[in-house]
Amino acid sequence: MLSIKNLHAKIEDREILRGLDLEVKAGEIHAIMGPNGSGKSTLAHILAGREGYAVTNGSVTYLGKDLLTMPPEERAREGLFLAFQYPVEIPGVNNVYLLKAAYNAIRKHRGEEELDAVDFLALVRARMQLIEMDADMLSRAVNEGFSGGEKKRNEILQMLVLEPKLALLDETDSGLDIDALKVVAKGINKLRSPERAVLMITHYQRLLDYIAPDFVHVLAGGRILKSGDGNLALELERRGYDWILAEAAV
Amino acid sequence: MNEAAPAVTQASDVENLVRGEYRHGFVTDIEADTVAPGLNEDVIRLISAKKYEPQFMLEWRLKAFRHWLTLQEPHWAHVRHAPIDYQSISYYSAPKSKQNAPRSLDEVDPKLLETYEKLGVPLHERAKLAGVAVDAVFDSVSVATTFRKKLAEAGIIFCAFSEAVKSYPELVEKYLGSVVPYSDNFFATLNSAVFTDGSFVFVPKGVRCPLELSTYFRINAANTGQFERTLIIAEEDAHVSYLEGCTAPMRDENQLHAAVVELIALEGAQIKYSTVQNWYPGDANGVGGIYNFVTKRGECRGADSRISWTQVETGSAITWKYPSVLLRGDNSIGEFYSVAVANHYQQADTGTKMIHIGRNTRSTIVSKGISAGHGQNSYRGLVKVLAKAENARNYTQCDSLLMSDRCGAHTFPYMEVKNPTAKVEHEATTSKISDDQLFYCRSRGVATEDAVNMIVSGFCKDVFKELPMEFAVEAQRLLAVTLEGAVG
Repeated sequence: MLSIKNLHAKIEDREILRGLDLEVKAGEIHAIMGPNGSGKSTLAHILAGREGYAVTNGSVTYLGKDLLTMPPEERAREGLFLAFQYPVEIPGVNNVYLLKAAYNAIRKHRGEEELDAVDFLALVRARMQLIEMDADMLSRAVNEGFSGGEKKRNEILQMLVLEPKLALLDETDSGLDIDALKVVAKGINKLRSPERAVLMITHYQRLLDYIAPDFVHVLAGGRILKSGDGNLALELERRGYDWILAEAAV
Repeated sequence: MNEAAPAVTQASDVENLVRGEYRHGFVTDIEADTVAPGLNEDVIRLISAKKYEPQFMLEWRLKAFRHWLTLQEPHWAHVRHAPIDYQSISYYSAPKSKQNAPRSLDEVDPKLLETYEKLGVPLHERAKLAGVAVDAVFDSVSVATTFRKKLAEAGIIFCAFSEAVKSYPELVEKYLGSVVPYSDNFFATLNSAVFTDGSFVFVPKGVRCPLELSTYFRINAANTGQFERTLIIAEEDAHVSYLEGCTAPMRDENQLHAAVVELIALEGAQIKYSTVQNWYPGDANGVGGIYNFVTKRGECRGADSRISWTQVETGSAITWKYPSVLLRGDNSIGEFYSVAVANHYQQADTGTKMIHIGRNTRSTIVSKGISAGHGQNSYRGLVKVLAKAENARNYTQCDSLLMSDRCGAHTFPYMEVKNPTAKVEHEATTSKISDDQLFYCRSRGVATEDAVNMIVSGFCKDVFKELPMEFAVEAQRLLAVTLEGAVG
């Protein structure tokens, strides 16, 4: 589904990714862990199409297409979704209005008919129940005045409504208390299917207690230094990253 | 002809004057009846005579003109323009100047037609808006007739200003200039001397106007753009909502517009005045465009009255207007809701004045300024609480949205409070439409233009919700068209 080969990327003059390789197949859940400043969020942003990064080498193929040449909205319409680490506030824009515009833009792209307001609202309400979200968050402006936890939950709601093929979760677990974490994990597990893949960026093992990953990768210095299964995350929790950095330096 | 001429009131004198002047430069042809450029007392007498005005009207005009001669053009607004040559303007043109008008839609600027298309203006109305020289371009007569009948049944007068001067001179004489005196300011004084037409509305005591009054339905509305005069009177407990303008850009050859609008609300009366202003803003390089120098003021004359201004200003090269409310009656309420856009090289200096005179008077100001391209947008507002205005309240919210790196947003709030019981609040924000917001929407599958529209509409929401429903939808679409490709 997603194939990243030898990816190099800079922001301004600083090289952040230095030859990153990653293969994600449909049905898989991958977790990317790593120390601060290792390039985790940069990777998520580049995959979603954020401007300001220069890809200097390598390639990213998504569903057989060159992802890097697609504008962000087209990536979204092709089924890629990024749950933001810091979701932005958009004053005056109704939360459900944005969600409906997004949903219908994606449907239109697939050649499907747009859903009317009544059916759409029914769909959204069903998804909200899954993640125990208050109904009044629909009528509020996008993320405006939301608490940190509400913002993250709103990201998961959008993901559940838009039903992406590939979901990128950028530190969705940080800043959540344990109850909120469980609810968010439930939402992510709901999305799990043989046709979909999830790429989670996280600092903490605790999210992986609720979502069992098929693969765990350690990203440091702009490259994947080590890959393994769920046990690698447990080992990282115990031993930190230094031993991997040391191993890689050898 | 610059010396004071004898008062001209009889038709034969008028004809002589016209004919006499013709040799000296009056232009007359079959379609147009245009006075040669220039302004003097004879021109004013001619305008008045052409309209068969009563003596008081002519005298008022002349008083205004004589006062105007003593005034200097004001330059305190945050706008720049080349000097205006007031002697090069033709102050009378009737009934319609069609010499330069396009003969068919094929001759109309395709860009203008494209805009109509985007705004969803019905095909049969496009020709009229574009100023195509065809009579009865669309059949509005039946609509207008039904409309007038309904109003007449309620005892409401809604007609062209010139008609009101002839048919209801006592009302005009009583109220004209009672809110904006002829000596008010340079442009209002000029208007008082030379205004050609406009709207007149009178809603009698206790009547709630059953319809939204719109210039769209007014007969004889054509070609009153340059020096328009509007007077709206709501008697005790009367309610009226008035819509001015049109979302579609209108063709107009005149560069200077100096309109005056006066609103009078007696005890318990409510007047809601909504404007969508979309005059030609000039091209992307700042060439051409209308100078829109308008004086709009309402007076809450009676207790418990209410005046509300809502404006969406997207057009004109320069906008200079401050719809204001004099809160004279106790417990009266003044409101001002504004969206002003300055794109390309447009300049907007707009805001309001809320003058609290009576007790327990309240005012609300919500101003949303959008700057794009090289546009300069200024909010200028005055909240004044006089000594006797016990318990006056004002809330002002003033937000600016920047859409490029070359535009500007400026805020000039003035407050003068002379009563210690007053509460005056002012909130202001300036934000740039952020890459983060755009990227967020796009990453959800929403196209850039749609995302911009969404964010801008969200910014203007507090104002749009004050507009009559149908107008609000049009205004939103207008904003989208105005700001097309503006992010950068």
